[in-house]
Amino acid sequence: MTGFTVDGQTITAEPDESIWQAARRAGIAIPHLCATPQPGYRADGNCRVCIVEIEGERDLVASCLREPADGMVVTSSARATKAREMIMELLLTDQPSEAVCELTRWAGIMGVMESRFPIRDAAAADNSHPAIAVNLDACIHCTRCVRACREVQVNDVIGMAGRGAGARIVFDMADAMGDSTCVACGECVQACPTGALLPAQAASEGKKVHSICPYCGIGCQVTYTVAGGRISRVEGRDGPANKGRLCVKGRFGLDYINHSNRLTVPLIRKDGVAKTLDGVDPADPSSHFRDATWEEALDVAASGLKRIRNRDGGAALAGFGSAKGSNEEAYLVQKLVRTGFGTNNVDHCTRLCHASSVAALMETIGSGAVTAPFAEAANAETIIVIGANPTENHPVAATFIKNAAQRGATLIVMDPRGQALKRHADIFVQQRPSSDVAMLNAVMHVIVDEELYDKQYIEAHTEGFDALVEHLKAFSPEAMAEHCGVPAETLRAVARAYGEAKRALIFWGMGVAQHVHGTDNARCLISLALMCGQVGRAGSGLHPLRGQNNVQGASDVGLIPMFYPNYRPVGSEDARKLFEDLWGTPLDPEPGLTVVEIAEAAYQGDIKGIYVMGENLAMSDPNAGHVREALCRLEHLVVQDIFLTETAAFADVILPATAHPEKTGTFTNTDRRVQMGRQAVEPPGDARQDWWIVQEIARRIDLDWNYTGPADVYTEMRGCMPSIKGITWQRLEREDAVTYPCNAEDKPGHEVLFGDSFPTADGRGLFVPAGLVPPDETPDEAYPFVLTTGRQLEHWHTGQMTRRATVLNALEPEAVCELAPTDATDLGIAAGEKVRLTTRRGAITLAARFADRIPKGTVFVPFCYAEAAANLLTNPALDPFGKIPELKYCAVRVEKI
Amino acid sequence: MPASTSKTRDRHRHPGGGDRGRYQPKGRQVEDSARREVAALLSGVELRRDMLIEYLHRIQDHCGQLSAAHLAALAEAMRLSQAEVYEVASFYAHFDVVREEEAPPAPRTVRVCDGIACEMAGAKALQTMLADALDPTNVRVVTAPCMGGCDCAPVAAVEHNQILSATVEAVDDALKGVAAVLPDMQGYAAYREAGGYALLEACRAGKHTPETIIEALGAGNLRGLGGAGFPAGRKWEFVRAEPAPRLLAVNADEGEPGTFKDRWLLGREPHRVLEGMLIAAWAVGASDIYFYIRDEYTAIRIRLEKEFRELMMAGLCDGTGLYLRRGAGAYICGEESAMLESIEGKRGLPRHKPPFPARRGLFGRPTLIHNVETLYWIRETVETGGRGLRAYSVSGRVCKPGVKFAPSGITVRKLIDEHCGGMAEGHVFKAYLPGGASGGILPASKADLPLDFGMLDDQGCFVGSAAIVVLSESDSIAAAVRNLMRFFAEESCGQCTPCRIGTEKAVALIEQPDWDGALLEELCEVMAEASICGLGKAAPNPLRCALKFFPDEVLP
Repeated sequence: MTGFTVDGQTITAEPDESIWQAARRAGIAIPHLCATPQPGYRADGNCRVCIVEIEGERDLVASCLREPADGMVVTSSARATKAREMIMELLLTDQPSEAVCELTRWAGIMGVMESRFPIRDAAAADNSHPAIAVNLDACIHCTRCVRACREVQVNDVIGMAGRGAGARIVFDMADAMGDSTCVACGECVQACPTGALLPAQAASEGKKVHSICPYCGIGCQVTYTVAGGRISRVEGRDGPANKGRLCVKGRFGLDYINHSNRLTVPLIRKDGVAKTLDGVDPADPSSHFRDATWEEALDVAASGLKRIRNRDGGAALAGFGSAKGSNEEAYLVQKLVRTGFGTNNVDHCTRLCHASSVAALMETIGSGAVTAPFAEAANAETIIVIGANPTENHPVAATFIKNAAQRGATLIVMDPRGQALKRHADIFVQQRPSSDVAMLNAVMHVIVDEELYDKQYIEAHTEGFDALVEHLKAFSPEAMAEHCGVPAETLRAVARAYGEAKRALIFWGMGVAQHVHGTDNARCLISLALMCGQVGRAGSGLHPLRGQNNVQGASDVGLIPMFYPNYRPVGSEDARKLFEDLWGTPLDPEPGLTVVEIAEAAYQGDIKGIYVMGENLAMSDPNAGHVREALCRLEHLVVQDIFLTETAAFADVILPATAHPEKTGTFTNTDRRVQMGRQAVEPPGDARQDWWIVQEIARRIDLDWNYTGPADVYTEMRGCMPSIKGITWQRLEREDAVTYPCNAEDKPGHEVLFGDSFPTADGRGLFVPAGLVPPDETPDEAYPFVLTTGRQLEHWHTGQMTRRATVLNALEPEAVCELAPTDATDLGIAAGEKVRLTTRRGAITLAARFADRIPKGTVFVPFCYAEAAANLLTNPALDPFGKIPELKYCAVRVEKI
Repeated sequence: MPASTSKTRDRHRHPGGGDRGRYQPKGRQVEDSARREVAALLSGVELRRDMLIEYLHRIQDHCGQLSAAHLAALAEAMRLSQAEVYEVASFYAHFDVVREEEAPPAPRTVRVCDGIACEMAGAKALQTMLADALDPTNVRVVTAPCMGGCDCAPVAAVEHNQILSATVEAVDDALKGVAAVLPDMQGYAAYREAGGYALLEACRAGKHTPETIIEALGAGNLRGLGGAGFPAGRKWEFVRAEPAPRLLAVNADEGEPGTFKDRWLLGREPHRVLEGMLIAAWAVGASDIYFYIRDEYTAIRIRLEKEFRELMMAGLCDGTGLYLRRGAGAYICGEESAMLESIEGKRGLPRHKPPFPARRGLFGRPTLIHNVETLYWIRETVETGGRGLRAYSVSGRVCKPGVKFAPSGITVRKLIDEHCGGMAEGHVFKAYLPGGASGGILPASKADLPLDFGMLDDQGCFVGSAAIVVLSESDSIAAAVRNLMRFFAEESCGQCTPCRIGTEKAVALIEQPDWDGALLEELCEVMAEASICGLGKAAPNPLRCALKFFPDEVLP
């Protein structure tokens, strides 16, 4: 601690704190523009309005840069004040307006109201971007936006070009923002202290509500500004996951909740109208559905389910919850299915994303969640990102990975597709699709061969190493090089970078998980980490990046067919007894069917009724044509959602529900952080809270539920989930986020797990060798390309929300497939031309986008476009362990139309 | 697939849509042809971030421009963002960045110096004549800041081939391909023969220790002659005290209008400078030496490359890396920390101090930085104890302008009378710049002040790099101040508010016929107080001098 005085007041500074920071903490306001207290922003000292005089020093100094020394006497002297005022006058000279911003606020405080200097010509406005309005005549060159773009988010779009008075902010090479590589994270808008960078839609001021983002699994905390009953602005909040950062979806993608397609009254299928997607218009459902009262709709919904249960037994029913809903909602849905339907046929889209990862993690280390939060990237020496494209799918997590690479961590990116992270990677490995096991075994082979493994760790914490060593003998890099399309030397380099690191992290995503050998892929990654002792310490660990905002939480609370809450196995006598006692009803001892299996059972007629809360299987599930047919065949389908989804089109009853910002509840992010989402606005029309709807259904199928709200549900849940024992509802209301496991209310949660032992029977981690399993369907003459599917930055899941968000839709309005330019040229396809993609299961037509990142022989299709639904093409073949379908690989034909 | 779903798909109303999408990834894509061309230009080069400016030179030299396509390809190859490459390229005056919709520059470029000495010598008229005489589709005629040829004003350059005492005819000849004259410098062999490098070898042989050399520099009062005047030996002590690896950076980026001594010294006796450089590197244990030379001195650079090779072949650089780095047209890079940024391949923004370069300099390493002239005097200072001379660059209205070796602290009157053969014919001494553009302007009545470090402080002036520009009664003070302030406005890096906006507004105010003296003085005071580096702090000097010493000429 350093003691010094500012304007006569004695204060102290923490190590590395500047004069300005220490003064700010002490409540002494020193004007500042280029400095910002937002986390992650380096001081730059360029605006000079924070200038102070230090006794005994000749020059005035920028207080944002200067660290105090003991006994230093700092003053905002007359000399310093005069300088500040003149600088402020210079800055105000060319300001276009007196709109309220940080600049004008400080000017007001300093009493500088006008300028005596001649005005220069104004810069032209740039309104080329749908999300961000650029007015550089208001720019004061503070470079906060440059730091935002380059050092915080590391998107590297914004630069300061030219020099002197001709210096100017540019996007890429002085391109219009809308034509640049800008990913519209909006960090620059949040950082800008003037009107130079503003949201394109002017935001009204209003009350602030702290909540969390509804999109991916990162769990960014946000602050909503609510004006006139609507969210007018979203800003990043300094949450533990995001440190104030957001991506384009979180910042600019919230107006879907105001879309005219919102469901506002319950709907019942009109008598005699066939179940089909044909002609169903989400804007006007009246062709197929009629309005109903809640009473009638709930009665019809529940009575259908009850009829089937009473007639055919619980096995003829199934329920889908949603990874987009809260923990409380997920808990209620699984409880409804288990206790009301009398079956474990309950699942959600986790099956389509990390089911294989979870299967492998449970099998080997006894826990399906991440072992360390992604923030540990800051402490890692080596980071592997494999089968994941976080800059598009987990953009905020990607920023922390890029920060780590900037700091000097060795970044290894392994992906058949090129991606933005490639530029930051020390080693980029572009393996052949579906060759991960061969590749990872070869890497492990080198680690064994070169004795880079951690012998002590293996002896103390694992079992099965000898068998694995034996197994790996056949996987030398030379033997595997051709199979994976990766030079042996590269595989060796990866092995060394990982094996020699003191602290190493592995991130993975759908590219690892969505294969028939997805569990094997994950087993390899786990073995790699275990053999190098890279679990359980700061900067080390295993991190499957979770795709949806609450996919972790929904699984935790039992929204999966094989586990009760807290991963207590359905097959276990003890576990069942516990929940039978808690819920006061006998439970089905058989694990239920998974997502794809449920659809198949429906197709076969074994399942006759399904209750769907917030899922869109007609779009998200493989071989969607088949799934839609299955939905047609159901005797009774109830869908609870905010829009008339492609799945809801097949429903008998549609129940209008609430969007994320319209409800309160807890959500668990990819890091195991339980966070509080708060209601900011009222649901539209007669849409109702999801927990209330589930309870009304429950009551109508003979369950005596009397929950009073989410807090009540949470308390019951916490009673049966030791992992969140220390996390009370009140604590979350107070602290916003607490990581589980957390044992006591006065203790923080555990961020990094398994330093001592694993939650397996013997406390050890298990090596499970993985052999080579080919993809279920490989290219041939008729279907010569590999089809791979995934997301785009701007769209999320099946596009129901994002395609109805004005900015996101403007950025990606049209269904496209990505092709390697050489392939496209060979096929005579020009960029933007329509192509037909055909697989053994279906065909779609969409525009071609040329993308260098796509390897030859591959076509990538985002699965968010209903008009060209990728999942009409995908293969439903399942991984035998995780029951995840092979969404990342099937054979496809590409034709010019 | 079932026929029903096919029909279904077509008629279902989907969310989203409206506009057509993008058919390529976001932003400018790298064209294959540009990728190939850049790869060819950089073949055999291991791409390094700090070499960005060198690569930009390669492309500019070869293509006569930096097209956006090439910059995008270069960015991709270097794994940089387009913005990072663009902002560097656009910072330096010698790069012609041409975006897709812009016309490329004419194939040939003639630069006419608009430094104060050249302006006084009729550079504007020369430029007009050139513009009239030359075909604009083939040749563009542009102005450029001081090219360091003030003793032979006016100066022009065809591409980077400098033409001293330029005329339309000389420029035309150069355009027709008359080769540039390389300086007739003393080569390695001749220097060696004259006893050169004996001191270096004695040092390396242990006949001297770094301590004794440092002591000798102190005794000889050798100071940093780039302008700051910091005792050289003290600097060495600071750097030596820091942990290895340590570096040496040589500043041959003299851009101060009126200054041409580095050109003169390097053009005649480069090895005296290089020996001083190697002695300094030896004394501070520098592992690598970066020699940064301004891009205007092409002929010297080409000769130096040869001399560097000779040094290496002679084994005199063994164990020490020696790298010649080329500026790209930016006065600010003569500021030592801006120069470090430029050597690192970045925009030349001065760094905040502390930390000082001796502690954290080039690539974050402890770095000794010396101007060319300081190094020039090392050998003599050690061998003879020093004669107290320094190189004054004298230009303007004197009879014989040039670099004058004179005792530190000489007066301008003596310089003119005893070294320059008096005033030029027909000119009456009226005023002088004691230290280039930034040292202020003094009236002839103050011609007896000693031109040495610290001696002009009371006047609001400094001697700096000892660039003396002599003005006569035929020269307008207001015109001179406008010239100098325009120079600062164009050469400000733009980083800090007082300098960026201050120089721009000062120019706007003094372009008006009536100067607002009070407002200008207020502005000048704050620029001097609050700017980050010497450029902004010193830019007001000539203006304040004009207000103080020549109020009748500039105020209403």
